[in-house]
Amino acid sequence: MHSAQNIVEARNVSLTFETNDGPVQALSNVDLAVRRGEFVSFIGPSGCGKTTLLRLVADLEQPTAGELRVGGLSPEEARKARTYGYVFQAPGLFPWRTIEKNIALPLEIMGYSAEEQKRRIASTLELVNLSGFARKFPWQLSGGMQQRASIARALSFDADLLLMDEPFGALDEIVRDHLNEQLLELWARTSKTICFVTHSIPEAVYLSTLIVVMSPRPGRVTDIIESPLPQERRPLDIRESPEFLEIAHRVREGLRAGHSDE
Amino acid sequence: MNLTVAGALAFWAAAWLLNERLVRLDARTEPARRAVALLVPAVFGITLLVVWEGLVRGLGVPTVLLPPPSMIWERLVSSLPTLWVDFQQTFLKAVLIGYALGCGSGFLAAIAVDRSPFLKRGLLPLGNFVSALPIIGIAPIMVMWFGFDWPSKAAVVVVMTFFPMLVNTVEGLAASSPIDRDLMRTYAASYWQTLLKLRLPAAAPFIFNALKINSTLALIGAIVAEFFGTPIVGMGFRISTEVGRMNIDMVWAEIAIAALAGSLFYGLVALIERAVTFWHPSIRGG
Amino acid sequence: MTASAPIAAPGSASATTGAVLRRLSEGNTLPVLIVVTAIVAIWYGFTIYLNAPWQIDTYQRTGAEWTAADLVRDTMAQERPVLPAPHQVVAEIWKTVVDVRPTSNRSLLKHAWITLSSTLLGFAIGTALGILIAVGIVHNRAMDKSVMPWVIASQTIPILAIAPMIIVVLNAVGISGLLPKALISTYLSFFPVVVGMVKGFKSPEAIQIDLMRTYNASGPQTFWKLRWPSALPYLFTSMKVAVAISLVGAIVGELPTGAVAGLGARLLAGSYYGQTVQIWAALFMAAALAAVLVALVGLVQRLVMHRMGAKP
Repeated sequence: MHSAQNIVEARNVSLTFETNDGPVQALSNVDLAVRRGEFVSFIGPSGCGKTTLLRLVADLEQPTAGELRVGGLSPEEARKARTYGYVFQAPGLFPWRTIEKNIALPLEIMGYSAEEQKRRIASTLELVNLSGFARKFPWQLSGGMQQRASIARALSFDADLLLMDEPFGALDEIVRDHLNEQLLELWARTSKTICFVTHSIPEAVYLSTLIVVMSPRPGRVTDIIESPLPQERRPLDIRESPEFLEIAHRVREGLRAGHSDE
Repeated sequence: MNLTVAGALAFWAAAWLLNERLVRLDARTEPARRAVALLVPAVFGITLLVVWEGLVRGLGVPTVLLPPPSMIWERLVSSLPTLWVDFQQTFLKAVLIGYALGCGSGFLAAIAVDRSPFLKRGLLPLGNFVSALPIIGIAPIMVMWFGFDWPSKAAVVVVMTFFPMLVNTVEGLAASSPIDRDLMRTYAASYWQTLLKLRLPAAAPFIFNALKINSTLALIGAIVAEFFGTPIVGMGFRISTEVGRMNIDMVWAEIAIAALAGSLFYGLVALIERAVTFWHPSIRGG
Repeated sequence: MTASAPIAAPGSASATTGAVLRRLSEGNTLPVLIVVTAIVAIWYGFTIYLNAPWQIDTYQRTGAEWTAADLVRDTMAQERPVLPAPHQVVAEIWKTVVDVRPTSNRSLLKHAWITLSSTLLGFAIGTALGILIAVGIVHNRAMDKSVMPWVIASQTIPILAIAPMIIVVLNAVGISGLLPKALISTYLSFFPVVVGMVKGFKSPEAIQIDLMRTYNASGPQTFWKLRWPSALPYLFTSMKVAVAISLVGAIVGELPTGAVAGLGARLLAGSYYGQTVQIWAALFMAAALAAVLVALVGLVQRLVMHRMGAKP
C-alpha cells in the first residue's frame, strides 16, 4: 500500500499505555491509508483512540507496535521536517503576543525571513477572515475567533497536512456551522490534506471525503466510509438531503456496533 | 481628656467619614477612579500622622518611648547628611548589589535545575528546606569572610534572595500548559526556542512574585545583618546605636527612610511587572 | 510513573532489593543523598583550601617542616578557622550539648531552649490571633474593609529592623524577658496566618455555600462544617511559614539585650570574640530547630489530612 499518493499510512498500529490499574490498549491493530487532498474525519465515543491516533501521526506519542508513515517518513522525521500543522481542542494562543505575533510564532521558530513572515501572516489572516484583528490580544477575541486564529497559525507555514483535534468542540452550534463552512472553503482553496477528529456525526459527514468510525476498549477502527457526496457541499441544507442522512445513518450504525461490543 | 487629644480624635472621625463617602462615590471616569484610589490612602495616612501627633502630645507620652511625627521630621531634616551616608551604605551598596546577584544566580540555578532532572530531584527539596532556615544567622560568618563592610551584608542578601527566586522560577517554568508545550513540539522547536518563546514568558508572573518578595527581604536582610557588626555607617548600625543612646526619634527617622526606600523599590518592581505581564488575568483584571 | 515491577517470588531477595533500588532511584531520596554527599565533600575541600593560607603562615613562622598530609590534617583542626570542617562543628555541638549540664550557661541546649520558648509562645499567639482576625474578616464586611488594609500595611514596617527599638522600649516600660521577643515573633507570624486563612475560609465553592443555605444552616454550622475543614490545608501551609519566621524573630530579638542568652546571643557573641566554631555550632542548632519545627507542623498536617481523607 506504499503509494506516493498516501500522505498517512498506518499498518497494524497499536498503542498500549501502562497505568496503575494495569495496561490499557488505547489503539489496537489500526490499518489506514489517507490519500493526498482528502478530508478525513475520525469519529467515535470517548476512549476510542481517535485523539491518540492523531497524536501518533504528530509524533506526540509513539506506537508500541506497528508501522506508521507520514509523507513517506517516520512520524519523528515528518515532525522535524515540519510536514504538518496541528490545531488543538483549545486555541492555545500565547496571551502575551498579539494575534499577528501568535501566527508568526512557527515562522520565527522555523526561520522565515521578516518579509516572508509579514506576507504569510497577512494571507492567513485573510483566509480565516480575521484581517482587522492582527494587533489585538487573544483575550480580546471571542472563542470562535481565537480558534480561527489558531487555524491560521497552523496554515502559516508550508505544511501539506493539517491535523485538527475537535477544534470546534467548545463552541456553540451556530458558530460551529459557520466555521465548518469556512473550513471547507479553506480546504478547497489550499488543497491540503485534513485529518479531523470530532464527536459530532453531522459535522463528520458534512466535512469529510472519508469517515473513519472508531470504537473503544480496545480502540480500533470499525468502519471506513468513502463519502459519495459532491465536493461542493455548501450551503448547509445539504445536511437534510437523503444521501447525507444515509451516510449519517451508516456512521451511527458503526458507532452503535462498536458500543455493543462490551 | 484635653483639647489636643479631643482634636485628634475629632479629626480621626471626620477623616473616617470622608473616606467612607469617597469609597461609596460612583466614580465613572478613569481619572476620577484613579483620584479616589489615591485620595483614600492619602487621607488615611495624613489622619494617622495627625492622630499620632495629637495623642502623643496630648497624653504626654514620653518621647523616648514614642516621639511625635513633628519631632521625627525635625530630626530627619537636620540629619540628612548622616541619613544619606547610611542610605548609600545599606541600600545602594548592600541591598541593590545583593539583590541583583541573588536574584540573578537564583534564576540561573533554576535554568540549570530545569535542564537536569537529576538536579531537580536532588537540589529542589534541599532548596525548599534551606529557605525555611534562619538565614540571617549566617551574618556573623559573612562578616568573618568578607569583613565588616558592606560586602558581607550584600552576601547575606544574596543568600536570602537566592532561594525564593530559585523556587519561584522553577515553579514558573512548569507553569506552561501541556497544550502549549505540545504545540512547540509540533514545530520541532529546540529547547532554547521553547524556553525563550514559551516557558520564560509563561513564568514571568512567578518570577515577578519572587522579585517583589525579594525586594522586601533584601532591605530587611541588609539592615538586620548590620546588627551583627558593621563599620560606623549603615541604617542597621544607626538603629542599634541610637537605640542604645535612647535617641528614638533618630531611629524613627531611619525607619522612615527605610520604609520610603522599601516602598519605592517594591513599587518600581510592581510597575515593571505590570508592563511585562500585562497579559496575565490578575493584571488585566479579567 | 509506572508500577510495573514484577511481583517477587517469596524468598527471592535479589528481586526485592531490585524493586527497592528502583523505587529509591525513581524518587527523590537517592538524588538528595547524592547532592548532600557532594556538598559535604565540597565543604571539606573548601575547608582545606580556605584555611591553608593561615596554616602555611604558621608553618613558616615556626619554621616547621610540613607535608601535604600535614596541611590537610591541620587545616581541619584549627581553633579559629576561616571555615570549620563539618566534624569540628559536630564536635563543638557535642561538647556544648552532651558534655555540659543543660543548666549551665555554656550549654547550647539551654540557649536553644531560650530561643525555642519565645518562638513557640510568639507562634502560638500569632497563629491564634491570625485565625481570629481571619474569621472576623471573612464574616464581617466592615472588618474586611477596615482591618485588611491595616494588616497589609503592618508588613511594610520592617519589624525585624526595629526589633532593637521594640525590645528596649518594652524593657523601659517594664516588659522584659520572654515576652518582648515573643511579641516580635507574634507580629511576624500573624500575617501569613491571616492571609492564608482568609484565602482558606473563602475557598469553598459557591455551590457548596449555596448547599448549606438550602439546609438553612446557621452561621456557626456553616463555619465548622464547611469553611473550617476547607481552610485546614491553608492553615498548615501558613503555619510552616509562620513557625520559621517566628524563629527568625526570636533570634533577632536576642541581639539588642547585649547578647546574653539564646541562639541569637550566641551568634553575636561568637562574632565579637572571633569564635568561628561556636558561631557555626549555634547556626546548625538554629537550623536544626527550624527543620524540626517545620517537620512537626508537616507531620501534624499529614495526620490530619489523612484523617480527612485527603489524597496522599
